[in-house]
Amino acid sequence: MTMTAKPAAAPAGSATGSGGFLDRVLKVRELAILVVLVLMLVATQLDNSAFLSEQGVKDLLLNATILVLVGVGEAMVVITRNVDLSVGSVLGVSAFAAGEFLRGGGNPVLGIVIAVAIGAGFGVVNGLLVSLGQVPALVVTLGTLYIIRGLDSVWFGSRQITAADLPSGFVGFGHDGLGAVPWLAVLTVAVLVVAAYYLRGYRGGRDLYALGSSPEAARLAGVAVRKRLLTAYIACGALAGLAGALYLARFGNVDSGTGNGYELTVVSAVVVGGVAFTGGSGSVYGAALGALLLTSINSVLPAIGVSSVWVQAIDGVLLLLAIAVDRVVALRVAALLRERAAQTRSAHHD
Amino acid sequence: MTDPVPERTPVLALEGVSKSFGAVRALRDVSLRLYAGEAHALAGENGAGKSTLIKTLAGVHRPDTGSVLIDGEPVVLHGPADARDAGVAVIYQEPTLFPDLSVAENIYVGRQPRRSLGRVDHRAMREAAAALFARLGVDLDPERPARGLSIADQQLVEIAKALSFDARVLIMDEPTAALTGSEVARLFGVVRALRESGAAVLFISHRLEEVFALCQRVTTLRDGAWIATEPVEGLTEDDLVRRMVGRDLDELYPKQKTELGDVALSVRRLTREGVFTDVSFEVRHGEIVALAGLVGAGRSEVARAIFGVDRWDAGEVEVDGRRLKPGAPSLAMAAGLALVPEDRRAQGLVMDMSIARNINLTGLRATSRAGLMDRGAERSRAVDWAVRLQVKYARLADVVGTLSGGNQQKVVLAKWLSTDPRVLVVDEPTRGIDVGTKAEVHRLLSRLAADGLAVLMISSDLPEVLGMADRVLVMHEGRLAAEIARADATEESVMAAATGRTRSAA
Repeated sequence: MTMTAKPAAAPAGSATGSGGFLDRVLKVRELAILVVLVLMLVATQLDNSAFLSEQGVKDLLLNATILVLVGVGEAMVVITRNVDLSVGSVLGVSAFAAGEFLRGGGNPVLGIVIAVAIGAGFGVVNGLLVSLGQVPALVVTLGTLYIIRGLDSVWFGSRQITAADLPSGFVGFGHDGLGAVPWLAVLTVAVLVVAAYYLRGYRGGRDLYALGSSPEAARLAGVAVRKRLLTAYIACGALAGLAGALYLARFGNVDSGTGNGYELTVVSAVVVGGVAFTGGSGSVYGAALGALLLTSINSVLPAIGVSSVWVQAIDGVLLLLAIAVDRVVALRVAALLRERAAQTRSAHHD
Repeated sequence: MTDPVPERTPVLALEGVSKSFGAVRALRDVSLRLYAGEAHALAGENGAGKSTLIKTLAGVHRPDTGSVLIDGEPVVLHGPADARDAGVAVIYQEPTLFPDLSVAENIYVGRQPRRSLGRVDHRAMREAAAALFARLGVDLDPERPARGLSIADQQLVEIAKALSFDARVLIMDEPTAALTGSEVARLFGVVRALRESGAAVLFISHRLEEVFALCQRVTTLRDGAWIATEPVEGLTEDDLVRRMVGRDLDELYPKQKTELGDVALSVRRLTREGVFTDVSFEVRHGEIVALAGLVGAGRSEVARAIFGVDRWDAGEVEVDGRRLKPGAPSLAMAAGLALVPEDRRAQGLVMDMSIARNINLTGLRATSRAGLMDRGAERSRAVDWAVRLQVKYARLADVVGTLSGGNQQKVVLAKWLSTDPRVLVVDEPTRGIDVGTKAEVHRLLSRLAADGLAVLMISSDLPEVLGMADRVLVMHEGRLAAEIARADATEESVMAAATGRTRSAA
């Protein structure tokens, strides 16, 4: 019954930026990914000096942007102790919808808005089902994953959109940038900063952490549980929609299979980035770093001459490693807290 | 209804409120009026409906019939936020904090101070929390996460939360259960100040002397029904107990005299770091030993460790001379140990399974042949025990979740007694069950002890501890603080040891 008896489920601490040792653990957690990432890139560069050329850096960033965007949205949902598995399907359907609109001569900006709106719409559906249905999010969003994918197939059939169908300005937006920094990366960083600021600096964002940390306490404290869950799912859906539009701009090639299986990559990135699946902790910066790490591996392996068939296995190892690190840290923290409690108690008794 | 001050308008009131959960009628036509500047006590046994009443006032439950009135106007509270906005602060018995968030955020969740553009002002929040703690006279870092706080500290955070918005109504559900004497005195000081500045207070405590010290009026509930509302002045503790229990205590605690046998359970220097330390005691065949103490003192954790659910770090446990291994519940069961856990819904039963299946969870080996379950044997084993314990059910195939709390508890007992245990550990055996069934459970425990079973009973219900136990062990902050013989055990001696006011060596 004492809180100290419960092993901490996750590396604790919040984004409050305080100096407690739990917070330091959290910061180390994000720092650890950064260190792994930098080491990997430096080692690759030493092995293959062409790796971090301007084009190389640009490719690295371009590859990461879409996963980072979806990962930021997913992190917001996972922080509330839920999950959204439909992001891959949403990405696919919004990319195709934007493509159809642009092929018909539509305005590119409006095309992006349409993709975001479609994503947000599916976010509303997911959010309502999860918050009203009292059904585990895993099951609900697995259901919507298949439903949306099914709609996708029925609507588009075997049609395809290629770069030739799209306005050149839109395709250019997907490739160009400020030197080595692509426009897509600029946009993604902007979204990332806004999301992180919202989570840290607004009541709504803080409520998401509260909700994930203890749903029962959140209810008793008068947190608007449904509204906040809905917000998280809408944000997640909208970002998946945006990612769909950017996918279209970047690859110019969309069919009914686009985004298939993407949800698992996204969840891996989020978890590798230190957002605990048990809710209440982690940050979108961590999730973004996790996404960057996973996509970088895709570029690193060919650069050092390893066959890309290893990519998935290595992603899996990273995922397990991340979870193992979380678990070890959690046990260590729980032991520290217990020791501390024991010390204060024996101090009382002396 | 006799209400001595009918002219004033109550700040918060319930009129004719009923509330049922399935077949359980938690509240029946209950009325309650809270006035500004008055501390009102709510008395009643465990399971009398106090918690349901509080949750109705807090907007967690909506009444089935009857209404909630604020300043005399009927209102519908759609949720805890509505109650909070109306100025109702609730401190629950079990602190409800967010382990991952900082202490300051726990206090201000949903109401964080804001600066321009609606941004949370973290610094102002921190300073306000620090100011609250200064006012309470406690030394707590607003920056640290709530994870790992002691129960007393968690309680203080809850109190700070209630202070943080100028509550017109302060509801406290056993706020002192985990506090020491000086902490209680400090809390009462704060509550009196709040009351004098015009707040209404609803106070629940099993320590009757606190009711008399703090409150002006008292409402008594029994089995979900309103019994009386009266001024505290002129009442004695005995009067109040009689209203709460509704019958003589002897009838509720039918303790038989038994012959003590050999040592059945022997626990020596058991330690789990940071949870409990150096716990040693013995329980003999035929003996009921109570393990008393405050919530969070480590009693349930000791039981869990003995049974092998949690590992222990040091010490040893023997059942009838056989040493148990740490962290091995199936070995403990084989040695003749049975544990009726504290939370029967989550730990004692599989709520969606039938009565028969639940009882047979401990007898899967006994009722199977060549690895296949024998339905007939399963059924007869279940019937045998269900009848012996007088479980009230329609069919054995009914889902256990449809039974009342008392009957559910009997199913848990049946499940364990059917293993023919040598030592029975029961954790809060009568929490949340009605008075009638409670007496039946007590009679059963007493009879089992008379038949030679060794019983270790964890209970927060003091009359139960005093009425049933041959010996009382009292825990305080993870240690055995006292061992009190039946003849010497009184509410005062047990509470004094439980709150750390006396420390006679165990």
